Amino acid sequence: MLRFVFRRILLGIPVLVTVATLTFFIMHVVPGGPFDTEKILPPEIIANIEAKYHLDKPLPMQYLLYMKQLLQGDLGPSYKYLGRGVSDIICDTFPVSFVLGLCAVLVVLGLGIPAGVISAYWKNSLLDRSVLLLAAMGISVPSFVLGAISVWIFSHQWHLLPPALWEGFRHMILPAFALGAGYAGYVARLTRTTVLDVLATDYVRTARAKGLTEPVILFKHVLKNSMYPIVSVMGPLTAGLVTGSFVIEYIFSIPGMGRFFITAVTNRDYPLIMGVTLVYAVLIVIANTVVDMVYGWLDPRVTLK
Amino acid sequence: MKFSLASKLSAGFLLIVSGVAVFAPWVAPYSYETQDTLRTLASPSLEHWMGTDRLGRDLLSRMIYGARVSLFIGVFTTLFALLIGTVYGAISAYVGGRTDNLMMRAVDVVFALPDLLMIILITVLMGRGLMGVFIALTLVSWVTVARLVRGEVLRIKEFPYVQAAHALGASPTRILLREIFPNILSILVVTLSFRVPVAILAESTLSFIGLGISPPFSSWGSLANDGWTAIKFYPHLILFPSLAIFLTILSFNFLGDGLRETLDPRASKSPT
Repeated sequence: MLRFVFRRILLGIPVLVTVATLTFFIMHVVPGGPFDTEKILPPEIIANIEAKYHLDKPLPMQYLLYMKQLLQGDLGPSYKYLGRGVSDIICDTFPVSFVLGLCAVLVVLGLGIPAGVISAYWKNSLLDRSVLLLAAMGISVPSFVLGAISVWIFSHQWHLLPPALWEGFRHMILPAFALGAGYAGYVARLTRTTVLDVLATDYVRTARAKGLTEPVILFKHVLKNSMYPIVSVMGPLTAGLVTGSFVIEYIFSIPGMGRFFITAVTNRDYPLIMGVTLVYAVLIVIANTVVDMVYGWLDPRVTLK
Repeated sequence: MKFSLASKLSAGFLLIVSGVAVFAPWVAPYSYETQDTLRTLASPSLEHWMGTDRLGRDLLSRMIYGARVSLFIGVFTTLFALLIGTVYGAISAYVGGRTDNLMMRAVDVVFALPDLLMIILITVLMGRGLMGVFIALTLVSWVTVARLVRGEVLRIKEFPYVQAAHALGASPTRILLREIFPNILSILVVTLSFRVPVAILAESTLSFIGLGISPPFSSWGSLANDGWTAIKFYPHLILFPSLAIFLTILSFNFLGDGLRETLDPRASKSPT
């Protein structure tokens, strides 16, 4: 197991280096820079600023300097939030985004799996059809639409939940729901399909023939064996939730990392863009590794290499 | 070919929406910039079916012109991505060996990038607007197609009829175009109907956070963004664009399900 984790970490490094390199060059090939402001600064000052941040050096040189600094674990200073380091900003905002993502995962699994199981168990019933329709709708509704409409209903019309900010449990409900609902629809469909497959297997027929009660069959035999496909989509799903969260952070004015990314891009705050992109990439790599580990643990037939 | 009711309805809806988009100047009751200054922020009425915005512009007309941008981006980025991905994937699979390996590593690299972040980055840096969104979406989405097509071509390449064509001395181009391409066409059609809503979603999300389509153009996403600031008192401004985006994506998904069931021989018949 340890060897597996170690190997995956090693495999993740080239991915991260590529992400860093591509992002770096995409940022810099386009004309314009972080200090092109409306207010025209004297050339001496611009020269000074550029010298300070090494922006006067040729691009390959800047790249090498950045990578060297990155290797030392330093993400550099922010160009716009003066006096603050990028790592500093990320440390402040990351926990918020992380908690939001975690809540959304809970929504996805908490809504998706039960809905899928119910739908499969009472196949072709009215309940099943409603679940399928809801799932199709969930997959098709953009998270910002869901966020906006739920703010309008639950905050502005019924005054039940706060429309914005991040100050406690009540503030988490709407954003987590808006972020997770679409994926919940996806998971519900997937669960339904796999549970239907498992319900048709011989060992479930045997279990029924033995006279086991339905709850025992459902939870011990069916559910556990239906989990593999769901676990295997959790990797891309987490990636989607993580990168999708900045729209939600924008709608609900949540002080997370995604909101900083948007302002960083519009400001051309190069180090901050790099920093946030790298954190996202690391998260995706970790998520995929964890998913593979859980997969190996659930299914003894899978050997981790 | 038998299609479900849902996919027939969806196809009908999409036909109407695209018809309206194409013939926008003839269908729209007003121009998208005419201001009715006496009725700003009006609720839906007989005169303005979807109400007016803060400058007194007719929302229905703006929605109709917005459909042009949203659908154009959705359909054409996907077609473009499909074209690039198909050519790339087919060549990679057909040539095989070291070339294939190298070409697929390049695909892996693009895959490793966080999608939406890259789309934002490229769009903003390209100077926000139709072209930026177009390039960003295409660059991110062709890789999915390339992988899919490569897998299909690898499979079909081994079939006896392809071997026969080869033995008869057909050129690789001929084999790819005449023997292999017709056999992946149905999968490409299904992919098209599932990728278009993804592109529409990405564009509208981008425009909603104010990073996508910028004035004078407007898409459903940017209209929704205009409405978002006034949601508390004038909800119709965000409701209609949201509904349009939702119904369009839903229709494409239903249509895709229908197409897959009829066209894709490997898809398991949906367990209903």
